[in-house]
Amino acid sequence: MIRGVIIMNDQGKPRLIKFYEFQPPEKQQELVRSIYRVLCSRAENVSNFIKADSLFGPDVRLVYKTFATLYFVFIFDKSENELAVIDLMQVFVETLNKCFREVCELDIVFNFYKVHTILDEIIMGGQVLETSSEEVASAVDAISRPLSLSLSLPLSLRVCVCARALVSSCEWVLRCNRHLLLQLSLRVLEHGAQKYLWLNSTECFFSSLYFLLFRFV
Amino acid sequence: MTGPSLMDSLFQRSIDDLIKALRLTPPGTETAFVAKAIDEIRREIKSTDPHTKAAALQKLTYLHSLHGLDMSWAAFHSVELSSSSAHSHKRTAYLSAALAFNPATTDVILLLTHQLRKDLSSPNVHDVSLALSTLSSICNTDLARDLTPELFTLLSSSKVTVRKKAIATVLRVFECYPDAVRVCFKRVVENLENSDLGILSAVVGLFCELTENEPRSYLPLAPEFYKILVDCKNNWVLIKVLKIFAKLAPLEPRLGKRVVEPICEIMKTMGAKSLVFECVRTILTSLSEHDSAVKLAVSKVREFLSEDDPNLKYLGLQALAIVAQKDILAVVENKDLVVKALSDSDLNIRLEALRLVMCMVSEDNVMEICRILISHALKSDPEFCNEILGFILLTCGRNYYEVVFDFDWYVLFLGEMARVPHCQKGDEIATQLIDIGMRVKDARSQLVNVARELVIDPALLGNPFMHAVLSAAAWVSGEYIKLSRNPFEIMEALLQPRTSLLNPSVRAIYIHSAFKVLMFCVHSYLKLNGEESLIPSTLIDSELVSDVEVDDHNMIVTNGQAPSASSVTHHLTQESLLALVNLVEINLGPLAGSNEVEVLERSTNVLGLIKLIKPMLLGSLNDGEGDQTKGELKAPETVKLIFDSYSEDLGPVSVNAQEKVPIPNGLVLKENLDDLEEICGDMKLPLLTSFSLVRSQFAEASNSAEWQGKEESELSTESTSLLAEHRKRHGLYYLSPGNRVTTSNDYPPAHDPNDKAIDEDEDLAKLTEKSLVTGKKPSQSKPRPMVVKFDDGEVTTVATNRTEVKAGLISGAVNEVLLGDEATTSSSSRRKPPKSRRGTGDSNVSITESKSDASKIDQSEHSKAGLGGSKHNGHGKERRRRNSGKDKEHDRKDEHKSESVAHGKHRSRHRADKAVEAQAPVIPDFLL
Repeated sequence: MIRGVIIMNDQGKPRLIKFYEFQPPEKQQELVRSIYRVLCSRAENVSNFIKADSLFGPDVRLVYKTFATLYFVFIFDKSENELAVIDLMQVFVETLNKCFREVCELDIVFNFYKVHTILDEIIMGGQVLETSSEEVASAVDAISRPLSLSLSLPLSLRVCVCARALVSSCEWVLRCNRHLLLQLSLRVLEHGAQKYLWLNSTECFFSSLYFLLFRFV
Repeated sequence: MTGPSLMDSLFQRSIDDLIKALRLTPPGTETAFVAKAIDEIRREIKSTDPHTKAAALQKLTYLHSLHGLDMSWAAFHSVELSSSSAHSHKRTAYLSAALAFNPATTDVILLLTHQLRKDLSSPNVHDVSLALSTLSSICNTDLARDLTPELFTLLSSSKVTVRKKAIATVLRVFECYPDAVRVCFKRVVENLENSDLGILSAVVGLFCELTENEPRSYLPLAPEFYKILVDCKNNWVLIKVLKIFAKLAPLEPRLGKRVVEPICEIMKTMGAKSLVFECVRTILTSLSEHDSAVKLAVSKVREFLSEDDPNLKYLGLQALAIVAQKDILAVVENKDLVVKALSDSDLNIRLEALRLVMCMVSEDNVMEICRILISHALKSDPEFCNEILGFILLTCGRNYYEVVFDFDWYVLFLGEMARVPHCQKGDEIATQLIDIGMRVKDARSQLVNVARELVIDPALLGNPFMHAVLSAAAWVSGEYIKLSRNPFEIMEALLQPRTSLLNPSVRAIYIHSAFKVLMFCVHSYLKLNGEESLIPSTLIDSELVSDVEVDDHNMIVTNGQAPSASSVTHHLTQESLLALVNLVEINLGPLAGSNEVEVLERSTNVLGLIKLIKPMLLGSLNDGEGDQTKGELKAPETVKLIFDSYSEDLGPVSVNAQEKVPIPNGLVLKENLDDLEEICGDMKLPLLTSFSLVRSQFAEASNSAEWQGKEESELSTESTSLLAEHRKRHGLYYLSPGNRVTTSNDYPPAHDPNDKAIDEDEDLAKLTEKSLVTGKKPSQSKPRPMVVKFDDGEVTTVATNRTEVKAGLISGAVNEVLLGDEATTSSSSRRKPPKSRRGTGDSNVSITESKSDASKIDQSEHSKAGLGGSKHNGHGKERRRRNSGKDKEHDRKDEHKSESVAHGKHRSRHRADKAVEAQAPVIPDFLL
């Protein structure tokens, strides 16, 4: 049985943690840290195995593979074949490649849910389900097709829409009560700015918004 | 706090925003940021709008999974969202449940039952597979029980993906709720004949997991697995089938005979390394009695070892390690490759190789192997170097130095190891040095040489890792000083200025050893001068005579003492002795003001002794001051006493020695000492490290006993009274290591001398027995020295009888189902492939018979199959062969009994009985 799958980058930041038996979050973080400590010390072109007796017990093995900036780690027990698991890792990476077109670390960072979906198609409850990357990729496609439609609009778009709405309503409201409008828009801005000022793109939207507002005021 | 405002939903951060923000947060402020994000999420997640809720849950799940935040408080929101009609929301909810729910403690899991049931029977494939994957993650007993019917339906679903996921889920359900086996097992087994690879792979994977715990129950399915083994060409499936056979084959020798051939075939023809390796492992672990197959497997291992791929090398070495337990020759054949792997760049491979090399060690090659290893240790990195040293020490020290024949060599080798630059195994080396000193009398003279080399080298004192070794060396040089060629040299070494670099406990040992050396020199001097007038006849009282007798009894190496003592005598003049005493006095004088209590105490002892003997030496030098006669008379007497007390042989202490001490009257051992063991169980002192304490106590005890009320006693009253105090408090724990008891001690000996003699006799007998048995060492010129050991030392009781209740339950249910299953399917004759006619062995006859008589085969087979999970297999088999009706009756009774024991509490009890009654062949025909 496969006990867990971990993806982390070469700085030890976890990108995916999945254990097939419940582990409390602190324990997970602890395990990631201790595995990373071992991984750093490994030279290149050595075997893909790590001794993990101290972390998981004597029967559990651990294989890892490096792809660009990422470590892929599979934890499994003696009812899996070591070389087969290395192949499985390859399958996983190939599938990621297919689903993201030339996968890189950022894809995995920003597609937390999709990576989980892909992994669930390959391994379920610790059992290997599918070992062909084509099959997995098409299954994931089928699942995420309706999913992508329901995804919320990107933030910049939302702000844009909001600003447009604001501007158009401004003209309408202008006659009624200038003061009210000012208050309203300022509140909106304050609220939004608290959250979004860190975003460069949104920053320009806000500056334009300010500009618009001040024109009306 | 109120629910989220419109603003919150309008400007809600999506998970992407959160990730971006997290990436942009300057390092250090991350926790603050996450805390703020959590606050937002707490507000947003209460929203009634599913979009907002889903987005909040997404973020929370992300933070939980990758940043380790607690999200148990949001468990209910996951449940709530799971009922959303949008698949993406469902997915979010279920994923958060799968990642964050603890099946044992999260109580809202129960609220999920209904939704899961709905989704499991949903027409949408994605919903179904989502529900299945969630179930496999968070399954607990209640969920398993409630959802078994739905799962049962899905097991025959027409959609491949669903069916295969259902099969994978079944494993968790079985584990949580063994009764589900009764419902689902048949359908699972039917899937074994499915032509779809995905489904087949899932089922075989499932059985691979199941057989892991209780293989015997699945023996009846062997023909199906065999068919897959022969027909299937998929590597994944074959690997799993091989794993199953690796478990089944040891249970049924005939099965092994059948499968070994196809496995060898696969091994020869298939190219996939993973599959070949699995074949190799299966053969080496489970089919090791088939020599030709093993040979083939070992040749494959050799191929692996010569590959460049480090993974294959590593696994090849692991495979060899499996062989090594049974057939060391196979390892020896590949010695060249193993030794080559010792210098591999990968630590894993080196360690595996090292382990294998140590497996090969025997009395004949231990020297050669150790020489190779030490040369490797010298040129490898510190970590591996210490691994090597650790392995050497472990292997050579195993079972009281079983493999070491030439202790002179080994002692030298220990010294060599201690000098390896990166050596950090000082403690182990020290332990062995002292242990050998105590156990192996013949090695002592060489040991003293080695210790001398170590002690006189001032360079070693600077290396803190060496201190343990040095303390051992100092102890050895002090304890066995009579074997030393030049005590003066040792004394100088023990007092050299650089000893100030040592830590106090080691330094104390140095000083104490110096004390012993001084005693020895003075005593030898007195003996040499033979001034009978100085040694009053009263000294040789009965007590001392008996003491000496004990010494003889313990075989003090008096022969060895003679030559060295004579060499000592050359230097031993009054002047030289006086110079020695002065040297000691000068060096230890400053230490009498030391802050360290051990150092202080030891040096005070030595100085006290000097104070005692110096007048005597001076007196005999000046030869005429009569007023000191009183002191002079006492000094040699004391010296003799102390020396005698030291010249007794220290023996190793049996682990059980403490038990032999009866609890004295009036002593109440507090119950809570048990707690103490729990608390400091892991910092238990190694057996031998207390040597100096033990001995000094003894010495002091005899001293104080003898000196009581005498003038000279004032010189050490301070230290002795301190010690007496200490002893009064802790005396019980300082068990005398040898077999003697101090006069001041009321406790009987741990084991008396006779006891030890018996031990030695036994050892001798054992040794001769051994040499008779092996009788193969014409090359060894000298006999192996005797190693003192205790038989009772290594007894440990380990409770291993604990069986896994759950596995038992599953297998019980499996047995029941399988037997029932056979009853219904036997008529379909799918269990009768033509090869079954090729039955071999003694049961052949019964098969041909039973062919003619269907009912009979049912019966005879039943008696066999019924034994599936019971423990009576051994004698059951015996009976089966006889095949008489009476035995069958008996067997069935046995079976009933075991059945009722195994699952007496199950409600379906009587159904099981019925199944047993009606049961059909279970062990497949081809096995017979």
